[in-house]
Formats: sequence, C-alpha cells, structure tokens
Amino acid sequence: MSTATETKNKKAPAGERVADWADGRLGIYTLAKANMRKIFPDHWSFMLGEIALYSFIVIILTGVYLTLFFHPSMNEVEYHGSYVPLQGQLMSEAFNSTMHISFDVRGGLLIRQIHHWGALIFLAAMFVHMMRVFFTGAFRKPREINWLFGFLLFFLGMFTGFTGYSLPDDLLSGTGVRFMQGAILSVPIIGTYISMFLFGGEFPGGDFVARFYSAHILLLPGIMLGLVVAHLILVVVHKHTHYQGPGRTNNNVVGMPLMPVYMAKAGGFFFLVFGVIAIVAAVATINPIWAIGPYRPDYVGTGAQPDWYMGFAEGLIRVMPGWEINLWGHTLVLGVFIPLLLFPLVLGAIAVYPFIESWITGDKREHHIAQRPRNAPTRTAFGVAWITAYGIMLVGGGNDIFATHFNLSINSITWFVRIFFFAGPVIAFIITKRICLGLQRRDHDKVLHGRESGIIKRLPHGEFVEVHEPLSAGDRYKLTAHEQYEPAELPPAVDENGVERKISRTEKLRVKLNKSYYGDGSQIAKPTAEEYKEITEGHGHH
Amino acid sequence: MSTQEIPEENLPVEQGTAHGAVKVADDPFADPGLPPHKPRIQDIDERAAKRSERAVAFMFVLSMLATVAFIAAYVIFPVDKIVYIWPFGHVSALNFSLGWTLGLALFFIGAGAVHWARTLMSDVEMADERHPIQASPEVKAQVMADFAAGAEESALGRRKLIRNTMFGALALVPLSGIVLLRDMGPLPEDKLRKTLWARGKQLINMNTHEPLRPEDVAVGSLTFAMPEGLSEHDHGFQTEIAKAALMIVRIQPDDIKDKRELEWSHEGIVAFSKICTHVGCPISLYEQQTHHVLCPCHQSTFDLSDGARVIFGPAGHALPQLRIGVNDKGFLEALGDFEEPVGPAFWERG
Repeated sequence: MSTATETKNKKAPAGERVADWADGRLGIYTLAKANMRKIFPDHWSFMLGEIALYSFIVIILTGVYLTLFFHPSMNEVEYHGSYVPLQGQLMSEAFNSTMHISFDVRGGLLIRQIHHWGALIFLAAMFVHMMRVFFTGAFRKPREINWLFGFLLFFLGMFTGFTGYSLPDDLLSGTGVRFMQGAILSVPIIGTYISMFLFGGEFPGGDFVARFYSAHILLLPGIMLGLVVAHLILVVVHKHTHYQGPGRTNNNVVGMPLMPVYMAKAGGFFFLVFGVIAIVAAVATINPIWAIGPYRPDYVGTGAQPDWYMGFAEGLIRVMPGWEINLWGHTLVLGVFIPLLLFPLVLGAIAVYPFIESWITGDKREHHIAQRPRNAPTRTAFGVAWITAYGIMLVGGGNDIFATHFNLSINSITWFVRIFFFAGPVIAFIITKRICLGLQRRDHDKVLHGRESGIIKRLPHGEFVEVHEPLSAGDRYKLTAHEQYEPAELPPAVDENGVERKISRTEKLRVKLNKSYYGDGSQIAKPTAEEYKEITEGHGHH
Repeated sequence: MSTQEIPEENLPVEQGTAHGAVKVADDPFADPGLPPHKPRIQDIDERAAKRSERAVAFMFVLSMLATVAFIAAYVIFPVDKIVYIWPFGHVSALNFSLGWTLGLALFFIGAGAVHWARTLMSDVEMADERHPIQASPEVKAQVMADFAAGAEESALGRRKLIRNTMFGALALVPLSGIVLLRDMGPLPEDKLRKTLWARGKQLINMNTHEPLRPEDVAVGSLTFAMPEGLSEHDHGFQTEIAKAALMIVRIQPDDIKDKRELEWSHEGIVAFSKICTHVGCPISLYEQQTHHVLCPCHQSTFDLSDGARVIFGPAGHALPQLRIGVNDKGFLEALGDFEEPVGPAFWERG
C-alpha cells in the first residue's frame, strides 16, 4: 500500500514505469545489474567472432525473405520468365522460382546475393575466429565446451551452406549433389540404402530439393541458433579473455563497459558488416544460375567448384587414388570412402585438440589470459600444420583451376597434393616452431637490452655502438608475464622402499609429449630479474 | 586422465594475482598496474568534441539519405534495365543501386555509432573481477546433499523394477520414429544395375533427337546418345538419363587395343557410359588424338581405345561399355543393357 501512496505523490517517468512492470515479471533489474556495465576487453582479434555472429543474422534475415518466393519443388516446368536465353527450357520449379527471384522480383537478386555472400563470409569468419581462439589458447579451461560449440557451428554451417546452394537445382549445384550421392554410395553395406532413402529412390529423383529445403531453413539453422545462443551465454558467463599487459591478470577483465561503449561499437559493427555485404552483393555477382542453367544429370560444365568451405572435401575426393577392392561379390570403394572418412577426421582433429593439450599439460586451472602464439610454440606449430593440410587440400580441390590459371599439368598438381598433404604439415610444423622460438629469443633480448633505437653512437675510442632504449615497465611486464611450464618428469623407476613403480603406458606417453611441448628446444626461458639487473646495472647497454 | 597427479612445482606460478600493485619493489618484471588514462582531444577540447558530434550526426544523415535513395531507386529503375558502369561492366541498374544504397544506409549507421563510441564515449579502461566458474565446496556439498535427498525420495535405486522398465520404455519409444523413416525411399534391390538400354533399342542423338546411323559418327567426334523411347518431357527423365547417358566415338578398329571392346563395337564405333565411375559426373571432354576422355569434375581420365580403363585420377574402374550393332534399317542399336552397373561403385556392385 505504501508504494501506491508514493506513486500518487510523485509519478515515476514513463520509461521507469515500463521497466518496473517488466522487472516485476521478468526480473530485468537483476539481469541488468550483472550485465549492463559488464566489461569487455578491446582487441581487433575479438572482432572476428562478431563478424561471424552478424553475418549469421544477415543470413537469417535474407533467408526468410527468400522463402517468400522460393518453391522447393522438383516438378518440371517450362521457363517463361523474363530472362530470354532460357525461354522454353525445361527446369525444376526450384530453378524456375530462383530465376523469378533473380529477374522478376525487384531487389530479389540483391537479397539472393547478400544471402550467398553472407554465407561465404559467415563460414570464413567462423574459420578465422576459430584460428584466433586456437592460436591464443583461448580454448583452455573453462572454455573447452564453448570451443566445441563453436566447432559444431562451423561443421553444421558447412552443411547448411551445402544444402542451401543445392536448392536452386542448377547445373553446378546438381553436380555437387551428385558428388555427394556418389560418395554416400561408397559407404560399405548401407551406402545404397542411405542414398535411396535420402533421395526417395534413385538419383536425382524428385524429392531432394524439398528435403534439403527443410534441413536448410529449419533443422540445421534451428540447431545452429541454439548453439549460437549457448555460445554467447558462455562468453558472458566466462567473461572474455584478454591479452597479458599491465594491470591485466587472470583474475580480472580489463576493458570498457557494455553500456554504452560496446552497445555502440558492437551494435554499430553489425551495421558495418551488413552494409559491406550489401555493397559486395551489389557489385560482385555470385552464383549466376542463369548462366549455369538448370540441372541435367548428363550435362556438366568445366571448372566446377563447390563453395570455398567444401573445397577441402573436394580436394580429398580429387587426389585420392581410385582404390577399389572386390571381394566375395562385394566392393569396398576405398577411393571414395577414405576421403569421406578423412573429411570429419581431419576437422575433428582440431576439435579435440583442447582436450589433448590439457591432458598433456595436466593443468586443471582456469586460464583467462589469451596467450601470444609464439609463447606456445608446439601448439602454434600444430595449428599451422593443420592449416597447411587444409590449404593443400583446397589446392587439390581446385586443381583444374590452378592448372588452367598457372599453365600447370593437372597430373603434377595432383601428385604435389598427394605428397604434400603428408609432407607439408611436417615442414610447416618444423618451420613454425623455429619461428616461434626465434620470436621468443627476440622478446628475451628486447627485455634485457631494450629496443633498437636506430641511433648509432661513436665512442671516444672510435667504436660504434647502437643505442638501445630500455623498455617501459609496462612493456617489460607484457613480455615476461606469460607462464612457462616445467617439462614433466617420470617418477623414479623404484620408489623409496625399493619397490618397482608401476607407470602406465599412457602416463609415459603423456610425459613424452609434455617434454616435447616444454622440454629443451621447445621454449626459451624467460629472462630472470638477476639477468636483467646484471645487464642494466653492470656495463651499460649494448 | 583424472587420476594423474601433477606436482605443484611443475605448474607455473599463478600469474599476477595482485592486480594494480607492484608486488616486489625491486622486481623489474613486476606488474606496474593499469596505465593512467590518456585523454583524447575530445576529452579536453569541447570544440573537438563538437566536431565529432557533427561527424556522427552527418553519418546518420547520410544513412537517412541513402534509405531515401533506396526507395527512389526501387521505384525508378525497371527490373530489367542493364547499364554500363565502369569498372563493373554491364550491371542491372536496380540491383546495383539497391545494393549500394542499402549498403551505405547500413554502413553509415555503423560508422556513426562506432565513431561516437570511439571519440565521445568514455574510453577509461575499467576492471571487472573474475570469479571461479567452479562452485565453492559449500555449494557443491549442498547440491550433493539435495541430489542424494531427491534420489532417495524417488527410490530409483531401491525399486529396481521401476528403474529397469522405465529405461526399457525410454529406449524403445524412439524406435517408432526410426520406423517411420522407412518410407523415405525404396530399397535398392537391383535398381542401380539396370538402365533403360535393352536389346534392339536405337541410339538417339541427344542433339538432333534422331536415331544415329554409323555414318553420322565421324572419327574424332564425340556424340551423346540416349535410348529410343525416352523423352525430355517424361516424368522420370532426369533419373533415367542419369544412368542411361551414352557417349559414342569412332576409333580406327586397328587402334582398339582391347579385344572385347572391339567385339562390342561396330566398325570402330564404340559406346560407353557417360557417367563417371568415380562419383557420377557426366564425362564430357574428349581428346581426339589419344582417345582419352576426361571427367571435368575430378579429372578421372579413361582410355577409350583400351576398354575405357582408368589412366589417371580418382576413378576406381573402367567405364561400362554398351554392346552395339546396326539394325535392318541401318540405325545403331543396343544389343542389350550394360553388363555391369554404371556410375559410382557401391558395396553390392561386386
């Protein structure tokens, strides 16, 4: 009753009354107390995930628009739209309605192109974001689950993209669907059954567009939306990682508040991403189905390429030797089935990495400081090796394009890819590790001797020296604050009572791997305070 | 994994626990704490702040103008108007103008907001404390006690009959969902082994839709054919042509290295399945001199003068050959179906 009399005396502003109303039902004040002034750290690399998030929203918005006009049907119709060269051609209703969107709906082409460009950018942004998280060790405890959510988003994004670009039923995407169906057939025992069930009979049949459609607009994006929400909730719960620097510790997060700075910056960035994609869609044609034509299983164009994120799978299937084993009246189509298995396995290698690393280090603590890649040389080298394998397979997927553009023999490109899919990662691993160690040495020298100033000084006795400028306390801290693990050691073979100690094989493996991560030659010891004092207090600097 | 014990000394020291304070006076690598805030020109000079304000407002105005321009372009340009714009070439006037105006309208909202945040909103760095994600031992103990109480009250552990039958019921009920998927498609049976080709079916030229005569097939040309009686307007055309597509070339009989290929040919005219045995792309590139054909999708290369065996690429076996002859009207005809399945290999292929 007392509140009623108070409000009679002095009415709160309208906004506050609305907020009170909502708080009484949703508890928004408690939510706002925790989050309105939540601190986010600032770094350009934290923006990559935002690009992924915003392009996802752009894709959903434009996708809803496209469903207003697209007919997911494979019924054959004759084309009578406004694009003259295809007049009278037989095509599926799916292709026909995509032509309608592109040529008769005002702005339809633009939305289609924003949708498709957005998808390419979405996948690329997820990939780069994932690499940022990987190379800075931001996947470490407590963020392993969120890493898996992110990986699943990337994985599902690939299939959402694939089912999406297959919908227009054009010659190029139909070729891709045929490739997928051929790959499914290679699965031992159940391959033909999966294919018959997926396509409602033999390829291409009359069902796959409608089935891909429900997967593309409902099933996959529904799961992805849930994962995105979970991903973001975990970002809030964990609080964002930040890079080491003065005042930044494992127990705090330094940056600026959500309201107003990140509302404006992140909110504004959504518009920037959307705007740039719209301009790209205005000036760069993507997937011109009118030039490609409707799908016919007996037609094909040269230079057929999937969207970039499927290029890796394309490479695997192109460079694999055509092994087939015929035994007891059955065929084991290894030439296609091995690539089909490698596809999730190679991607999965990066997904499980956080768990492998935490097993090797045995570190159970929380980590909120993003590492510099150089300070984790073995991990960085593994990541670069993985990207190298991925990149080599992209070359394999585009071997015809490389052959025609660089005037190379397609056979030698294929052989190059076959060899370097294995050799390339090894070479990349070794080189990357050396570069990381070199950079660690440079940091070490910089801390002890200061920054090269570029000033050459001539001493009275004629000697020339370069003046080194000492680092500020902040910079010194930044370059020395990172953690360095001691390599693990196996306990002595016999314990204090002379009884032989049982050490499991996995523990032996763990210690071995741990040594290769943190042993001699895998990290450069940080400069010590004694070294620093000796040099700075001793004989000047050079 | 969880049983391993990591000696404390092998883990690095917990870094920087004392935020903002110099830990040890003479440690040269101590955390000096957050650097003092450096004011921006807008923080000190109100005229600079005013300039920033105007810049932000200007960008928002540009966005409004771009939206007006978007609507104008939507109304003005016909959907089929093509214009030449350097350096983009011939573009759709509508798509080009709608894309640019929408893009700029969005971009300037973003640019304005970011500029506002960067120049006028406070850029003083602040620190939030982090708290362990893990619950405190008291909370954990409480949860474990609650859970134990709940489990005890449910008597799930004690009344095993209930537990087991419930698990059974829950395990079985999804089967209905799986069974319902059965009608997504027919069983494979021998569908992948058969095509429309049969003894006596004439080879119809895909381009002219006329039956082929031997003299229509010249040396060095690549001809595509489909079986007599199939029409592009047929309901199942796509599915049938996906298996029946045929390519025909003429090779000097002396050049045919494979004995069976020669037997199944007619005066050097050989007919092979057009569907690649790798993953099913239609093969369409023919090299006249070598009689090699190449699948443009994954570059499998087959030698048509040698039983269409694979000479390069990922395909696993030769292209199936169709046995052909000439009927009494002088047209090329099939002497049966393919003897082996066309297209990609599969488990039951054998």
